[in-house]
Amino acid sequence: MALTSTLPPVLRESGQREVFCGLTSIVWLHRRMPDAFFLVVGSRTCAHLIQSAAGVMIFAEPRFGTAILGERDLAGLADANEELDRVVGDLLARRPEIRTLFLVGSCPSEVIKLDLAKAAERINTRMQGQVRVVNYSGSGIETTFTQGEDGALPSLVPLLPSSAEPQLLIVGTLADGVEERSLSLFARMGLETVRPLPPRQSTALPPVGPGTRLLLAQPFVADTVRALERRGAQRIAAPYPLGVEGSCAWMAAAAAAFGLDPQRVAEVLDPLAERGRRALEPLRRKLEGKRLFLLPDSQLEIPLARFLHRECGMELVEVGTPYLDRQLMAEELPLLPEGTQLSEGQDVEKQLERVRASRPDLVVCGMGLANPLEAEGFATKWSIELVFSPIHGCDQAADLAELFARPLNRRELLQWN
Amino acid sequence: MELTLWTYEGPPHVGAMRIAASMEGVHYVLHAPQGDTYADLLFTMIERRDRRPPVTYTTFQARDLGGDTAELVKRSIQQAVDRFQPEALLVGESCTAELIQDQPGSLAGGMGLGLPVVSLELPAYSKKENWGAAETFYQLCRGLLRNQVPAPGADKPGPERWRAEGRRPRVNLLGPTLLGFRCRDDMRELRGLLADHGIDVNVVAPLGARPSDLMRLPQADANLCLYPEVAGPLCSWLERNFGTPVVRTVPIGIGATAQFLRELCSLLGLDPPELREADRRSRLPWYSKSVDSTYLTGKRVFIFADATHAIAAARIASRELGFTVVGLGSYSREQAREVRAAAKELGLEALISDDYLEVEQAMAQAAPELVLGTQMERHSAKRLGIPCAVISAPLHVQDVPARYAPQMGWEGANVIFDSWVHPLMMGLEEHLIGMFRHDFEFVDGHLSHLEGASAPTKQPVGDQPNEAPEVTPLSATPEGGALRWTASGEAELSRIPFFVRGKVRRNTEAYASERGVSEITEETLYEAKAHFSR
Ligand code: SF4
Ligand code: SF4
Repeated sequence: MALTSTLPPVLRESGQREVFCGLTSIVWLHRRMPDAFFLVVGSRTCAHLIQSAAGVMIFAEPRFGTAILGERDLAGLADANEELDRVVGDLLARRPEIRTLFLVGSCPSEVIKLDLAKAAERINTRMQGQVRVVNYSGSGIETTFTQGEDGALPSLVPLLPSSAEPQLLIVGTLADGVEERSLSLFARMGLETVRPLPPRQSTALPPVGPGTRLLLAQPFVADTVRALERRGAQRIAAPYPLGVEGSCAWMAAAAAAFGLDPQRVAEVLDPLAERGRRALEPLRRKLEGKRLFLLPDSQLEIPLARFLHRECGMELVEVGTPYLDRQLMAEELPLLPEGTQLSEGQDVEKQLERVRASRPDLVVCGMGLANPLEAEGFATKWSIELVFSPIHGCDQAADLAELFARPLNRRELLQWN
Repeated sequence: MELTLWTYEGPPHVGAMRIAASMEGVHYVLHAPQGDTYADLLFTMIERRDRRPPVTYTTFQARDLGGDTAELVKRSIQQAVDRFQPEALLVGESCTAELIQDQPGSLAGGMGLGLPVVSLELPAYSKKENWGAAETFYQLCRGLLRNQVPAPGADKPGPERWRAEGRRPRVNLLGPTLLGFRCRDDMRELRGLLADHGIDVNVVAPLGARPSDLMRLPQADANLCLYPEVAGPLCSWLERNFGTPVVRTVPIGIGATAQFLRELCSLLGLDPPELREADRRSRLPWYSKSVDSTYLTGKRVFIFADATHAIAAARIASRELGFTVVGLGSYSREQAREVRAAAKELGLEALISDDYLEVEQAMAQAAPELVLGTQMERHSAKRLGIPCAVISAPLHVQDVPARYAPQMGWEGANVIFDSWVHPLMMGLEEHLIGMFRHDFEFVDGHLSHLEGASAPTKQPVGDQPNEAPEVTPLSATPEGGALRWTASGEAELSRIPFFVRGKVRRNTEAYASERGVSEITEETLYEAKAHFSR
């Protein structure tokens, strides 16, 4: 592929990583499926991580929690299993509205080899259909930040009913409003059967089968795709729906895969694109020529870099990504400008040295690094905001750009004399 | 195994981070997976720190587990020492690393690093954050002071040696940390207070101290154990080994500050403090005595915090503001005994728990008019529609104010008066409300300047509008049959200012169901009012 000729070798780093673990995805997954509960089997650290990453605590009783392992659980697995059954029993008795229970593995539960699949089986048998129990791992020794979603979704795949019916399956959580909007746009193009995974109700699972074509809303769902492919689904190659260009190409790829009338598709997309570009224009003026450094965090870095360069005119200093999935990035990488320096993995101290040396105008980074970088004089944008905000789709392109323009605007606004 | 939804305390290694991050010249190498780096944001976001905590994480992955994680530990230690050149190194592990038993502490010990290395063993599956902070502080000081410990039986200098040495007395201020409650401002306040009494500060630690400062701890004539959750074990150890006496009274509130000064002066052989110092230096006594404050009498308060702040709050609330303490508790198990004793004095049974739902339930049952708590209680109180002031960690970013807002000393008492009384009244004096409650301004729709001031339990909270509240309010619905409000009852209720309406409704319903009344009329409401305002 063209990639190797235009992009310099990827900088591979293996030092300290400053990235959350996969447990973090519970923060958006539990909101997506309000009838599900996420029970982490882990330590006090795991509980504290989710609480701190969530940042706000507004729920009466959140739909996630941690079964904190104690010394006794470590002493004997038999007891640990018994204890887990007890905790789950108490939880389900207290929260009868739960329809799906995700048992989420953590580093400690993985290291002591607590078999959560067996536990799920056991509890399923006992609950006799009152609730469905599935399991996956969000541990930090195996998953980063957004990858947690790619653990959760495959755990649902075996439960999907089979159907050969032609359908478009959108894979990866989108904000509710954005999702509704894309469904209505697809309908206007003539594509009626479009379903999301994860669904909004954990029990309203979409079917899957040879008629299913997958369109990825998020770039971190590789395992989910593989699991769905094993059930006969096929992935539609497309860039990710960030920015006008990405979103149009994303919808167009789906339309083409279903052989929709190109005329009709263009009638829907063209005015959208035109409007989206118009909305972007003032933001482009703000961002144009500004130098951007993306630290590895959400796995959205490559599509974001593509958008911010091609549609907002930003210069890319370095594009970090927790891991580089060439297959899922195949449509994105060729859109990056020649010479873009990609880095995979992290050695945070060295990377910060590169930030200091290159003096970018804007740094995209995790919450632990933002204020220290601001104090060193760099404008920053938290990557976690990108997974919590509605940023996908043509209509959101300007909002997305605005997220990056705001820190720059703010610096211009503030005066001290 | 224990089900936890929100926690008051993090794991013990976060306590160790608080010590390292509070100090200068200390670095902490933590054997931990990548996700554990979330802890950085506690400092950079909640405390708004302008630098990362001095912590290097090994961030080992599953694929390292087969191989040599010990090598990774050593590499991380060496790199951290080379890069940050600390004066002292802390080495430890988080929950996951504890299971793989690489013993990072002894690995570091064998590396010949040429600097003091303190190996931390903080049992992640049985202990918590404050314990970890106290243990780390103690181990660090013990390690640094190892060579200074006098031989057993050697003469210990008395607290009055300053006279013989021809200098002013000096003391250590122990326990303030980042992520503690208002520690930075407390230290400034105490420095002033001590200076007023001719007492010098020898060392403040851990906040702002360097390892070399810790080496000077034994030079103090007394140790002030200001935050026992963090400084308790160290103070006891210094007392045992160096003979340094400890003042354990925490100077929060008028009475406690005066008592603290009396104890300290008598210990150091100084003249006792002047009796009217409190009245001269703080406004709380006069504000509390002033006629305007009579409406504070008997206000029902529910207190839940770390032990230090819970005990202090109970004393201030009951003795200095004339409140009625209707609930007192703490999540600090290590200090449970002290909290129980304080509760007993008030005729209460202390609630020692780290289950916030249990706390919330106790809060609802106590039917307080004001909650003094942590950020967790702020949420519970908000849902129950009760005003709340935060008095203790765990905190949120808004509990780290830009202004000077200590809790300790005379100014601390002023701050406390303002911050507790304000949420209670929301800017309106109660006697005025009583007088004018039938005026149109107090009827629905005429309160634009106060809109949103009340906290109806059913309203979605600002930033996440599609999140529906999940639990019905805890207020009791009577067994066997619902309560019905008659038209006259409803009409009367609607005349009550909206920000107390929720409480009146709950009280009236509770009153009605207690008496088996199923229809609530205007009269029931007034009977309930009479009942509750005994
Ligand atoms: S309501 Fe929001 S701002 Fe207030 S403490 Fe809770 S999370 Fe923080
Ligand atoms: S990295 Fe591991 S131990 Fe740490 S919070 Fe994540 S799952 Fe828990």
